[in-house]
Amino acid sequence: MKYTVDENGFYGRFGGAYVPEMLYPNVEELRQNYLKIMSAPDFQEELQGLLRDYVGRPTPLYFAKRLSEKYNTQVYLKREDLNHTGAHKINNTVGQVLLAKRLGKTRIIAETGAGQHGVATATVCALMNLECIVYMGEVDIKRQAPNVARMKMLGATVVPATSGSRTLKDATNEAIRDWINNPEDTYYIIGSVVGPHPYPDMVARFQSVISEEMKAQLLEKTGQENPDYVVACVGGGSNAAGAFYHFLDTPEVKLVAVEAAGLGVDSGESAATSVLGKEGIIHGSRTLLMQTDDGQVTEPYSISAGLDYPGVGPLHAHLHQSGRARFESITDEEALQAVLELTRLEGIIPALESAHALAALGRIGAKPEDVVVVNLSGRGDKDLTTYLDRFGLHGN
Amino acid sequence: MATRLQRLFGQNQQGLLSVYFTAGYPKLDDTVPIILELEKSGVDLIEVGMPFSDPLADGPTIQQSSEVAIRNGMTIPKLFEQLQDIRQHTQIPLVLMGYLNPVMQYGVERFLQKASEIGIDGLILPDLPLADYVREYKPLFEQYGLSNVFLVTPQTPEQRIREIDSHSNSFIYMVSSASVTGSTGSKGVSNTDYFQRVAGMGLRNPGIIGFGIHDRDTFTQACTHARGAIIGSAFIKALAKEGSLQDNVRTFIQSIRENEKV
Repeated sequence: MKYTVDENGFYGRFGGAYVPEMLYPNVEELRQNYLKIMSAPDFQEELQGLLRDYVGRPTPLYFAKRLSEKYNTQVYLKREDLNHTGAHKINNTVGQVLLAKRLGKTRIIAETGAGQHGVATATVCALMNLECIVYMGEVDIKRQAPNVARMKMLGATVVPATSGSRTLKDATNEAIRDWINNPEDTYYIIGSVVGPHPYPDMVARFQSVISEEMKAQLLEKTGQENPDYVVACVGGGSNAAGAFYHFLDTPEVKLVAVEAAGLGVDSGESAATSVLGKEGIIHGSRTLLMQTDDGQVTEPYSISAGLDYPGVGPLHAHLHQSGRARFESITDEEALQAVLELTRLEGIIPALESAHALAALGRIGAKPEDVVVVNLSGRGDKDLTTYLDRFGLHGN
Repeated sequence: MATRLQRLFGQNQQGLLSVYFTAGYPKLDDTVPIILELEKSGVDLIEVGMPFSDPLADGPTIQQSSEVAIRNGMTIPKLFEQLQDIRQHTQIPLVLMGYLNPVMQYGVERFLQKASEIGIDGLILPDLPLADYVREYKPLFEQYGLSNVFLVTPQTPEQRIREIDSHSNSFIYMVSSASVTGSTGSKGVSNTDYFQRVAGMGLRNPGIIGFGIHDRDTFTQACTHARGAIIGSAFIKALAKEGSLQDNVRTFIQSIRENEKV
């Protein structure tokens, strides 16, 4: 079975490019050029240099001794939280900005939910001296103030998305509308493995550095390059795509994708797309998405703004449907417990998103000798207010 | 047998006025009264919008009307129910316009069959890719006698315009400029090079121009470059005004067409 994208931009029955004609030339330009540009030696040299010296790669693969004891298995953490700007998102923005420059684009737009992708985009635009406009739902602007401040500090213009539910999906709509209005000079940096082909494949390739490093690091530490399990959280699914990428065609590596159950999968307040979604079209891609019987997209819920997306990347829809990956869902409460656990056992404060992956450790049934890699996609600085509130740590 | 659309465009008439509105807006049951009043006011073609939660090619006016329509309870089954007897009342060409996802959930073939039974003439689904249409759906559209209408833009390459023309059998929707719906800047209708380029291609299908057409000036100007023009957002704004629905429709259409000699 084949898990990478086919020549028409599909993963099994999912993917494609369902875009209005106004976007067709832009998407087509990208489709025709992305692989060529990405494989050019000078592009790779510039990208690898920045990943090493600016982003701080390779990120460590850390054997979490006390966490391993607790779960009676061998737990390794892939420390994407140690990247510059605090999450895996910058792997993709560095790559796409370099690509945009080679396409001659001078204006960069992006969408953001929790603000991590927006910050990563604004950061690289500052570095490259490019104009940067970030669309962010009005609701998210209020609940993610520190990241809004960082983007402004970096010189980006943050535009509130005031349509629809005023969160990530609407920010994405607004970014797409901007691209329709500015087809000549503008490049749209999508932050996840979503959107029309070639975005899901392109973003997965830029994030695949995660599993590429994992293999080399595992070989050095355990003598084997393949782990028994790779566990990652999935909203749109970019960190999971990167963590799974080089293991997709190695069936003995079990892949575990962890979605946000919110208040519970059946509570009506959830973001577990693989359970609650049906096949449809969102943001130019055929995939699983949460929607009404009439085909209107519904608003998901999770305590974690980064997992709060009604769809899922088409690769993950395919991994789910084909059974290649196992999907788990973790509630807000379970994720918060995992935050506290990692903080107190290992001295690492994880992002809420990554905590969903950690919380699945007790569910996967790993044996004592199994090697389990959890992709620690981001650090928890942005979530400190939530943590202080929920753990009652305000005051003394 | 020529369809209503083919008859309309076969008459060599210039200055065709097509009007778009969102079904279920301002009130759920306004769909049929709006259609009938538009016909009475002399409109040539009507595009009935099927509201979608995430209309990514639309500007704020159509976004908002879609939100209201969905809140009012508009759905595809509801729209078909409203239009069930429409052909007993009017023979004006009717085209349904919307996004692919709600149609997919209803079932594409079931949708085409039902639309055909009611007497709908065509469909505009901007996010249905040309390649998918040709591969999967074209035989169904033909089986049910419905025209699929494609968009072209100033950025669409000539070869692709020709391909679109070869798969069209009523008209081509010429997006006036790089923009979402409802923009009122002047860049739209002043895109003369593009209009002339398309006009000079000798296409089988006539073109009508949409996006950014919002008053008599822009309508008249657009009509000098194509067989007609489409007004959407400006009409929806007019529907929101105080006064009766009928008065609002009539007054708006008069404001576009008064003094015009046909």
